[in-house]
Amino acid sequence: MPAERMADFRPDAAADVTDVVCPVTFVKALAALDELEDGRILEIRLNDGEAARNVPLSLKDEGHQVLRLTDNGDGTCALLVRKVSACPVE
Amino acid sequence: MVVDYAALKKGGFMRQKQKDHFSLRLKVVGGELEVAQLQAVAEVAEKYGRGSVHLTARQGVEIPFIKLADVEKVKDALAAKGVFTGVCGPRVRTVTACQGNAICPSGCIDTYALARQISERYFGRELPHKFKFGVTGCRNNCLKAEENDLGVKGVYRLSWSGEVCTLCGVCVKACREKAVSVRENTLTIDEKRCNNCGRCAKTCPTGAWKGEPGYLLSFGGTFGNRIAQGRQILPPLKDTITFFRVADAALDFFDKHGKPEDRFLAAIERAGWGVFEETILAEVRHAC
Repeated sequence: MPAERMADFRPDAAADVTDVVCPVTFVKALAALDELEDGRILEIRLNDGEAARNVPLSLKDEGHQVLRLTDNGDGTCALLVRKVSACPVE
Repeated sequence: MVVDYAALKKGGFMRQKQKDHFSLRLKVVGGELEVAQLQAVAEVAEKYGRGSVHLTARQGVEIPFIKLADVEKVKDALAAKGVFTGVCGPRVRTVTACQGNAICPSGCIDTYALARQISERYFGRELPHKFKFGVTGCRNNCLKAEENDLGVKGVYRLSWSGEVCTLCGVCVKACREKAVSVRENTLTIDEKRCNNCGRCAKTCPTGAWKGEPGYLLSFGGTFGNRIAQGRQILPPLKDTITFFRVADAALDFFDKHGKPEDRFLAAIERAGWGVFEETILAEVRHAC
């Protein structure tokens, strides 16, 4: 069983994107990640539905490590993502 | 001079209401044209037409106001730059496609490659009536597969491995069909709900979900005078070899059962959907 299954991830920063709609949710999440150092964890609060469906995939496609998506039970979700910087071009 | 309008129509020259003028339909596959081809089209439209083109409903390009006397010169000028005339009438028409997985993040199959193969194999083939192929890369269906006589929709054939799954919950939310749930430290898949859209595999951060391309076909779609949605009668096919076996059988069926002016759907209905399904299923069984 992968260790991440039970891991207790501790976010280093938080962002709330429940006040915007896609694709601004993704843009706002990226902007928040931009503030962090490589390897740090961001907790993103986003609306259930379209944002919860799409933001994790968009962040994965950007190369970041999506760790967990939890339903908060109030129409929002908590997404934990670890910043992975793009490899420097040699 | 007696004008052979049927031959001109077959070669993509559509008679206009203005005497001795034609709108020239070009061969385009999957809506993709190189810049050099576009330049050739622009030059011909300027020199032989009235300086404009028409983008058709099925990703084609037509150059209107070509004069009868210029038909051969226009064909030569275009062919020199790799642009060829399209077709009209009772035969396989322009093969349409979305951008598929070569470009679109949602794409499950290589639509351009398949559209080119379909076009190479069937474009212009004579049949009882027009026949349209359309290839869409995923369940979003931007290309509207079911409007076509034979539509192809890209899906994923899925598998999941508990060895690497972290139960992160991302696929639970990604699935529009609510086919995935995580309860009591395990993941459950409701196969009846799964529509093979593949969003679980695309979004999975650990590679626990794997998706292999699948080809979901629809038959008998028509969106002209009669409007009907193509019907799915098969599970997703696993490869293009099987697809071409099925497509061959479908066109042969149309040849055998269709009367002139029958669209594919009318031919299927005359023979009976049961007979058609048996014909198609036999090909799939043979391929397995």
